[in-house]
Amino acid sequence: MATSGIITGIVSNLVTVSCDGPVSQNEICYISTQGTKLMAEVIKVNGRYASIQVFESTRGVKNGDRVEFTDKMLEVTLGPGLLSSCYDGLQNDLTTMTGVFLKRGEYTPALDSEKKWAFTPEASVGDTVEAADWLGEVKEGWLPHKIMVPFSFKGEYTIKWLAPAGEYTVNDKIATLTGEEGDVDVTMCQKWPVKVAIKCYKEKPRPERIMETGVRVIDTLNPIAEGGTGFIPGPFGCGKTVLQHAIAKQGDADVIVMAACGERANEVVEIFTEFPELIDPHTGRHLMERTTIICNTSNMPVAAREASVYTAMTICEYYRAMGLKVLLLADSTSRWAQALREMSNRMEELPGADAFPVDLSAIISNFYARAGMVVLNNGKRGSVTFIGTVSPAGGNLKEPVTESTKKAARCFYALEQNRADKKRYPSVNPIDSYSKYLEYPEIADYLDKTVEHGWVEKVNRTKNIIRKGKDAADQINILGDDGVPMSYHEMFWKSELVDFVILQQDAFDAIDALCPLERQRYMLDMVLDICAKEFEFEDFEECAAKFKEMINFFRQMNYSEFKSAQFEIYKAEIEKLVEQYGK
Amino acid sequence: MANRLIRKTYTQLEGITKATVSLKADNVSNDELAWVDGRLAQVVRTKGELVTLQVFEGTENIPSNAEVTFLGAAPTLKVSDALAGRFFNAYGEPIDGGPAVEGRKIEIGGPSVNPYKRKQPSEIIPTGIAGIDLNNTLVSGQKIPFFADPDQPYNNVMAQVALRADVDKIILGGMGLTNDDYLYFKHEFEAAGALDKIISFVNTTEQPPVERLLIPDMALATAEYFAVEKNEKVLVLLTDMTLYADALSIVSNRMDQIPSKDSMPGSLYSDLAKIYEKAVQLPDGGSITIIAVTTLNDGDITHAIPDNTGYITEGQLFLRADPDSGKVIIDPFRSLSRLKQLVQGKKTREDHSQVMNASVRLYSDAQNAKTKLENGFDLSDYDLRCLDYAKAYATELLAVDVNLGIEQMLDTAWDIFGRYFTKAETGIKQNLIDKYWRGN
Repeated sequence: MATSGIITGIVSNLVTVSCDGPVSQNEICYISTQGTKLMAEVIKVNGRYASIQVFESTRGVKNGDRVEFTDKMLEVTLGPGLLSSCYDGLQNDLTTMTGVFLKRGEYTPALDSEKKWAFTPEASVGDTVEAADWLGEVKEGWLPHKIMVPFSFKGEYTIKWLAPAGEYTVNDKIATLTGEEGDVDVTMCQKWPVKVAIKCYKEKPRPERIMETGVRVIDTLNPIAEGGTGFIPGPFGCGKTVLQHAIAKQGDADVIVMAACGERANEVVEIFTEFPELIDPHTGRHLMERTTIICNTSNMPVAAREASVYTAMTICEYYRAMGLKVLLLADSTSRWAQALREMSNRMEELPGADAFPVDLSAIISNFYARAGMVVLNNGKRGSVTFIGTVSPAGGNLKEPVTESTKKAARCFYALEQNRADKKRYPSVNPIDSYSKYLEYPEIADYLDKTVEHGWVEKVNRTKNIIRKGKDAADQINILGDDGVPMSYHEMFWKSELVDFVILQQDAFDAIDALCPLERQRYMLDMVLDICAKEFEFEDFEECAAKFKEMINFFRQMNYSEFKSAQFEIYKAEIEKLVEQYGK
Repeated sequence: MANRLIRKTYTQLEGITKATVSLKADNVSNDELAWVDGRLAQVVRTKGELVTLQVFEGTENIPSNAEVTFLGAAPTLKVSDALAGRFFNAYGEPIDGGPAVEGRKIEIGGPSVNPYKRKQPSEIIPTGIAGIDLNNTLVSGQKIPFFADPDQPYNNVMAQVALRADVDKIILGGMGLTNDDYLYFKHEFEAAGALDKIISFVNTTEQPPVERLLIPDMALATAEYFAVEKNEKVLVLLTDMTLYADALSIVSNRMDQIPSKDSMPGSLYSDLAKIYEKAVQLPDGGSITIIAVTTLNDGDITHAIPDNTGYITEGQLFLRADPDSGKVIIDPFRSLSRLKQLVQGKKTREDHSQVMNASVRLYSDAQNAKTKLENGFDLSDYDLRCLDYAKAYATELLAVDVNLGIEQMLDTAWDIFGRYFTKAETGIKQNLIDKYWRGN
């Protein structure tokens, strides 16, 4: 018989239960109160008392209320129908809930049990299979959704029976497998505990390709690898969300999972409103057709916020096992860390830095480690690329969440208040930010082949121009315009040229928002050619004026269709200027 | 209160702190209200049979044998159309001498709107202030605070914005208002003849700080009544949220919780988000817009209160005294409205966002020129023009006492551009320059 218990203490959403039997850590239980059942998770056991965090408001809960334990960890349901869905942090379908307000204790199924999917078998009777092997396929919209041997199956099985091609619901039997312990039936859906990584693959090699985002400051300067990890820390108002939405819209991935974790509800509404309309630049389909949203906004219960990032990651791993490129965007991992802090605080644990739990760093590293490119059992490749945002308290990057994340993630896109104040968007600091992937020989080879030979060297040269420009600007500020040689002014303006043309990008302009790699190469080459030239100006004022003119033409180029007549006109104007003033 | 009589009364307190009392009681539910020695209190913790209550009025003079009666329900408010034009205290009791309001009893601090059922905010709320309308356009369903030092006239600006905004109801939640400010609001609202659409919940500095914790929930429960049931456009003013957060820290401190940054409770982000996220554009046309005030300590926005607020709200408006123009302006650098692109160029003229960006960029060039000037360097011709521009921009547009329509603001901006700059220096898209340039 399942364990049950009686509530003996309540502080906000932390409830203490006196149990009549065994309970396990992270086990899910339900509180019966005022005619509803509230979901909760065990987070600490002390003798016969279990501390549970409730995923709902605990208003009206009483000492003495009954609690039923389920003997299961928090699980998600995986199967066709996940794509284009909108879930809360516990995978309840938000679209099928009734009423404008969220009702406490209303849990909706993740997958539609009525809907029929057209199944085509891919394996054959008699085949030997193991967990995550593909049995067949259904078309989930455009996506070839593989029906797999459930991840929880251990050892080898033989296919005894496989359903013929036809229409089935997610709960219909589609195969019978024979294993050591006899026959087991398999349906099109399976459950998996979110806090456990899905490891049904052959190996996890180093990433070797980059994932295009159409954002110059990422793709050109600090590219993220397919299967890589990155994070975007920044004070509020620096354009974190705009940048993340740009990546979500333009990222070169088959499936995108967006986890809105403890952030503003209106930002999610923006996705609901825009994504069904916007077109995926890579496939021409609507963006919503490749997007799943996990949404636990800041006013939704705190405990479910922590669950939401795990739910999102598990869904990503599921699609990766089908050999797909998956991109996970989580906004913001700081809110998740704060949820951990609130619970740790209520449990009166000894706090670490800034009152965060002491194991914060380990929790973050474990989570980032779930991303990556994998080689599946059948030799095909799938990847989960993960980009998280961090909201550092007070905009100070020396705080526990940023520091812990820096140890775990390989790309760092530091948003800078100063650039944001000057409306230089995206406000990614070009000098502090980095991508470790630029140091990978595999990635350098890939860039040599796909972009241009010697590309990484060009990228480094560009960064150098920015660094030199910054030094020159400092000198000019100290010594005055007249106090420095002309070459300093030239150096400064060359870095401004890089800044305005390559770094800055208008996310709200239909053309400039998306800059394909080919166009990025074209523009960078053009800018670098100018930076390599020496110029002759009368005085620093002329230098500034002419560079400004040049920058203006370049901006108009960025706003024009690539290689259109208009584009070529601006290009010719720039060439004229270079001709006139170049040595 | 019939059910009060049948409830058990306790007369033995186990502990008393400045904000809480604890006692042994059974059958008590979380968040439930109780009377402690005639003062309203709320259950915040139960541990075994020991119950901790937060006493809103404070615990001065409560004896250890005080009478405690539990009410069996979370805080409620009676709502009806009769709320309009009235002034209440933190408990929803009239303070304007009028009769108590009859109506349906609703629990305050209720559940959140399903994010999937929300609509995207798309209606502009014009205020006539260019620092807002031009640079940081407000949209219905938005939540935005003024960040201001205590010496800035934030309450005046907020009253001005509220009275100019085209909304059906204005709800004032005053927390720790000085009596003078309370009377100021009352006077302004009366003078504008707008009293019938205004509802106020006020806690003044003369009243106990912990009471403030009820104000936002009272104001927002009222707002939800009008927005959800009457489909009205409601504007909620919350001033001052810093004092609200201070009250939170008092309670958490008395409950022996480990403080996080700046002695604020670890749950500050969630506590503030619960309030601000009530701002919503509802599917049936009703909306709740929140304008709040967060006072700063000497402009420090890294303090936990403004910092957490900034991450929750959809932008912030900075008030600053500008020495060039001698006026209070809305700082174009630090201020931001995150929802502005939903209306700029869509509900306003096509050149709106480009004009806004150019004007701020040029203003930033003027700041650089100023730095050069202060460091004793020669200024270039461009620097000098930038300085002149900055003065004109601050005086004719940014100052909070300017009252213009949005088209007028755009025309004024083009006017100023033409006065001081060449077309290329503005960096605006060519097709807009061709259409709107006013100069040579």
